[in-house]
Amino acid sequence: MSATLAPPDEAGIAAAIVAAHAAREPLVIEGRGTKRGLLRPVQAARTLSLRKLSGITLYKPAELVLSARAGTPLPEIEAALAEHGQHLIAEPPDLRALLGGEEPATLGGIVAANLSGPRRIAWGAMRDHVLGVRFVNGAGEVLRSGGRVLKNVTGLDLCKLLAGSYGTLGVMTEVTIKVLPAPEATATLIIEVPDLDAGVRALSAGLGSPFGVSGAALLPGAPHRAALRLEDFAASVSYRMERLREDLARFGTARRVIEAEESRAFWRGVRDAVPLAAQPDHAVWRVSVRPSAGPAVAAAAQALGGRALLDWGGGLVWVAAPATVATHDALAAAAAVSGGTCTLFRAPDSLRLTVDVLPAEPAPLAAIGARVKAALDPAGILNPGRMRAGL
Amino acid sequence: MIAQPAPKPEILARRAEILAALSTLVPGDGVIGDPTRLKPYETDGLPAYRQVPLAVVLPRTTEQVAAVLRYCHVNGIRVVPRGAGTSLSGGALPLADSIVIGLMRMNRILDIDLDDRFAVVEAGVTNIGITKAVEGDGFFYAPDPSSQLACMIGGNVMMNSGGAHCLKYGVTANNLLGLKFVTIEGEVIDIGGAHLDAAGYDWLGLITGSEGQLGIVTEVTVRILRGPEGARAMLAAFKGTEIAGAAVDAIIGSGIIPVALEFMDKPCIHACEAFAHAGYPLDAEAMLIIEVEGSTAEQDDLLNRIKAICERFDPISLKVADSVEQSLAIWKGRKGAFGAVGRISPDYLCMDGTIPTSELPHVLKRIGEMSVQFDLKVANVFHAGDGNLHPLIMFDANDPDSFRRAEAFGAAILTLCVEVGGCLTGEHGVGVEKRDLMTVQFTARELDQQRALKSAFDPQWLLNTAKVFPLQGASVAMAAE
Repeated sequence: MSATLAPPDEAGIAAAIVAAHAAREPLVIEGRGTKRGLLRPVQAARTLSLRKLSGITLYKPAELVLSARAGTPLPEIEAALAEHGQHLIAEPPDLRALLGGEEPATLGGIVAANLSGPRRIAWGAMRDHVLGVRFVNGAGEVLRSGGRVLKNVTGLDLCKLLAGSYGTLGVMTEVTIKVLPAPEATATLIIEVPDLDAGVRALSAGLGSPFGVSGAALLPGAPHRAALRLEDFAASVSYRMERLREDLARFGTARRVIEAEESRAFWRGVRDAVPLAAQPDHAVWRVSVRPSAGPAVAAAAQALGGRALLDWGGGLVWVAAPATVATHDALAAAAAVSGGTCTLFRAPDSLRLTVDVLPAEPAPLAAIGARVKAALDPAGILNPGRMRAGL
Repeated sequence: MIAQPAPKPEILARRAEILAALSTLVPGDGVIGDPTRLKPYETDGLPAYRQVPLAVVLPRTTEQVAAVLRYCHVNGIRVVPRGAGTSLSGGALPLADSIVIGLMRMNRILDIDLDDRFAVVEAGVTNIGITKAVEGDGFFYAPDPSSQLACMIGGNVMMNSGGAHCLKYGVTANNLLGLKFVTIEGEVIDIGGAHLDAAGYDWLGLITGSEGQLGIVTEVTVRILRGPEGARAMLAAFKGTEIAGAAVDAIIGSGIIPVALEFMDKPCIHACEAFAHAGYPLDAEAMLIIEVEGSTAEQDDLLNRIKAICERFDPISLKVADSVEQSLAIWKGRKGAFGAVGRISPDYLCMDGTIPTSELPHVLKRIGEMSVQFDLKVANVFHAGDGNLHPLIMFDANDPDSFRRAEAFGAAILTLCVEVGGCLTGEHGVGVEKRDLMTVQFTARELDQQRALKSAFDPQWLLNTAKVFPLQGASVAMAAE
């Protein structure tokens, strides 16, 4: 176990990085360590934790803007938003069920991993809502990108680059996000479908309707169940649900509607990949493909002795299957057929260190990636190898 | 006027040779070298700045773009990418020793997939062209810049263009899935694709809004959305800008996110009314146009809620459209705002800062004071929901002093935007226009970090040189190579 540094403020984070940069000593970067099991493990003597940089620093409900220090636990942010009838737009997952551990995720961690839930299909990814960041680069310089306004195209957008970079390009100390009013009502239409293809067709019909479907998932099991969510003012939800039921009648006769808390609990499950029911010894993958290619990936998973949960209209395939190189290669190939990408999400260290947890990039892009990493982290000390070996 | 870097004499001296080489790379009528034919390319949507380039190349394929970039890379020739030339920040302004790569001939729609809800189009397809291709099936491409009839998707990507409906649908960056991207070395790279979450670093997010500093985009994969059942607008006029600002806050605070929420001040209301005769209230200090979507019943419900909120703010008039025609009439003045101001003043600068919406009354008051100070008229029209201001500063281009004052006025407004917690540009880009104001918003280290990222893509600084970054630091970055 490495020694953990947990400075109380941004200046402390910067000082720790300045020292590590001077000594060329790699650091593990984390919030509360909830995602250690994701992607590749980092070999480093020291861990730099953001856990003490906690607290909401600005919240203007009328401006739809919230800023918080990177180590702020997500539940704290969700509670503050709920007090004003607002919510996190991208519905980030709570991965405790999948990755173990008791600690809640932090805002910085969720942004650094760019994790989004079911609402991503309608309202964008976590990174789409990052308006600004304060961060420390690998040389220990404190920098800002973006700001606290909803529309900003001033200069290069480092917010998006840092979102999903897993702490390898900079250590975010404060994040400003866009938030939205939480919907007054919600309801979910559940249709039993004969197979995955029919299920995705039903989801596509719903997402191609004018009714603002904000969740579209396909659950494993026999029969498969396609689920479509509506969220809006109560009168709108009831009107649209009626129309959606009519429109989708051709996809299955066994239909039911769940509402309010039952619907919310259902989507929390989908968000956190609970219906995947991943066995403890199975690895978990997240595959991103065009929705119509989702069933083929799911079929590949089943052929490998695994299970699949489809979200995002079929375009996000959660797979739980035996933790072997052969399984990983087969899933990566299944994703690549349609131009999609496959990410090894949870696995024993041995597998995570053996395979490319993310698909390899073409050589010219990999070269740019190495130069970008060097531009932000010249000594290569921030989470080295977290995403790709040697980077 | 802003300074531009001196042309490289060795490049100017090789002009004939360069034209001949380009003609072999883009055969037929793909190269323009004749001074008369180069003239239309000397400026874009910011006509105060003009410079005829060394040559213009009009490729038809990604391979031709790659070949031209490779040639420029090997020969150290500066490159300026250009779409429709509608940039309001001078993003496509040439340099004397630069080659303009115009993408208007790459205007094919390559793929439309309604089931998976995406379209693949070449960079020269117009913004409206994407919607036109799918609207028969009830779909649309969401970002809608005011220049959408002319502007091209490649330029939208480079500037991360917005529009009136961003409040609900987001800006260009939120509506992209993939790009075909050509590096200065002439490498063609596919970024993202027809799926939602590409793995690895977010190249799509970094390239979007990069203003041609990192490479050239030749194809774009966009999300297309099913349109709502309908949409309708209402108009609310108030006795003061502060009151109108408070009404905006109350609407958003009630949990309603209108699809559009536009604000006009008195000078703008008057200009638009004279131009469009839309029935705008001339005694109002401020006016909102609010649009909602849904079925007729849903529209009624939302408009009634908004009307009730507005009534708490002692409105001068509230007008809810009861038909598509009335909605169009309400929008007519707003859509024609720039043209309307153009009738009052032959020349104007269209600014584009963003502020936190709570700062709106203060900022409008300060702009009013500055109008007196600089002795120039200004009309304000902006996207109220997201705080994106468009002050239109009227001046006389035949009077150099008037232009100087207009530029100083604009800089003062944008500096104020940054001071109150906003930014220099919400949707038009930095370009050449706001290049030297970047030091107002960013520290030297922050700019150096951005420059280092540019260098990672473009080590010789050949791509759209002298835009975005102040020259002083940029020349340091160039000299370091």
